[in-house]
Parts: sequence; structure tokens; C-alpha cells
Amino acid sequence: MMLARGLGFCSVPDPFVARGFVGRREPAGSAQAGRIPPGQHLVKDFPVLSAGPTPRTPLQKWSFRIEGLVKEPASWSWTDFLKLPAQDFVKDISCVTKWTKLDTRWRGVSVDVLLEQVELDRRAAFVTAFSDGGYTTNVPLPELINGQSFVAYEYDGKPLAPEHGGPARLVVPHLYFWKSAKWVRGLRVMERDEPGFWESLGYNNHGDPWKEERYTGD
Amino acid sequence: MTEAKGDDLVLDGNAVAGTLAEIYGDDMTTVLAECANCGKVDHVGGLLAYVRAPGIVLRCTACQTVMVRIVQTPNRTFVDVRAKRMPAAPRT
Repeated sequence: MMLARGLGFCSVPDPFVARGFVGRREPAGSAQAGRIPPGQHLVKDFPVLSAGPTPRTPLQKWSFRIEGLVKEPASWSWTDFLKLPAQDFVKDISCVTKWTKLDTRWRGVSVDVLLEQVELDRRAAFVTAFSDGGYTTNVPLPELINGQSFVAYEYDGKPLAPEHGGPARLVVPHLYFWKSAKWVRGLRVMERDEPGFWESLGYNNHGDPWKEERYTGD
Repeated sequence: MTEAKGDDLVLDGNAVAGTLAEIYGDDMTTVLAECANCGKVDHVGGLLAYVRAPGIVLRCTACQTVMVRIVQTPNRTFVDVRAKRMPAAPRT
């Protein structure tokens, strides 16, 4: 029989700290310092974090869908998605595991462009991004629009690598990077907020790095 | 043990034995856990462990369904057990 010794919900030491996990630390110049949120450190590499196996959906089977509180759901094949108006984006990104990477270069489709293809229900207030592998994350609808987020399929001038979420990932650069769902396959528009994979287990529901909204209650 | 699966870094459940022992107060690696999706039964120490993430995720070796999630914050530890047979984490 197992013994419970009262350690069920307590603070325990970090079990793993690997260089690939935290990234290679770089000193920040004074011009850069103002772009690094509190509690973060600068990295030059691009650490890979993943809570599961890397999906490898063939592009001919890939699609992106907007569903939920819309008059008619919209869906794009990979070929159709690439025909949508695309933009280049240069953004700073911050991971809740405390690394920040400046001037990341992406190409993709603004969520504004995607939402232009559907008629939103007047109750639409929240979005759940869903991905291959079952990952979900939630973002208030107003924080995805007006140029604040995009679905990227290129990084640094090359197709987005699978370990970084390719063929396509949501990028919401003003929130911690767990909100930028890798392997994204669609957006579900909802009336009520629904905590996602990490938000339902101790991570902050909002995730603003400038407010250090890391954990529930921050 | 570290096992390369494509470009993923996958450990096994033994790699998080210490964390599980702190949560449960006992060694959990020999406890049996049954996948709620496919029914595969494994020792917890044999599950796939993903630790390069905001938390620890243990998955089924057959279908890779999530069986356990653990998040450690500065103030508390959150545990979500989805596997059958495996006991829920004790609360204090």
C-alpha cells in the first residue's frame, strides 16, 4: 500500500534543467534590455519544448479550420492556405520557462485575414486553438485580432520545422509562447473561456510576460 | 534512459521517479497504469516521459495518449492522473 506523506501539493525542486530546455543565455545590451520582460533571460538559439511526440501530418492531409460560433465554418487545405495573403513578421517571443528571443522572423497569415472568411456570432468572445496531438490553448478573441497574432508557416526564410510547430503554428507574440500553439489545425470560437492543456493545470489563463502571469493566481 | 524518437527527446517514467516519489510519498515506478484510451498496461517507470516542456507529461507507450500531467509552480504541484489503475495524487 502506498503511503501519502503529505507532499501531494507542495513545492518541489526542479527535476530537470537541460541547456536545450532553458536555452543558451546571452548578455543583453542596454537597447535590448527594455525588450526583455521581467524574470526572463535572452537566448540566441531557439529552444525546443514539447509535451509529446512531434506530429508529422502529410501536407496533403493537412487542413486548417475555423469553427464554433461562426455562421459557417471555414476550412483550407495546405494549398489553399498558401494562397491566402501572407505577411512577414518580426517579433520578440518569451517562453514561460524564462527565455526570450528577440527579432524572430516569420511568414504567415494574420488571424485577421482568417477571420475575414467567417461571420462571427455576436456571442464570440474566446478562442481555443487546437493542434495535432491534442494540444489546446485558449486566448480571448480580442487578443488575437488587430494584427496581434498570425499562423506562421515559415521561420527565418525556411519552411517551419516540425520541432518548432511546422507545418504551421499559431504565433501570439505578446503572450507567453505556450499560447503559440505548435502544429495548429484550427481555431474554435466560443462564448465562454475554456482553459487549455497547460492553463487547466496550474499555468496562468492569460499569460502576459510583462506582468509575469506564469501561474494560476499570478 | 534517453530514447531518440525522430527529433524528440523522450525519457521513460523512471526519469521522473523522484518527482513522483515526492508527490506520492512512495516509489511509483513499479505501479501499474492502464491507458484510458487503448488499454495498454505499463509500469509507470516504463511510460514515455516528456520533460522539456512547461510541465512533465507521461504518455502511453502504445498510443501516446496522455496518462499523467505534472506542473510544479513555486507554491504547489498540480497533478492530473488520467490513467486507470494508477491512484490519484494525494492532496494535503
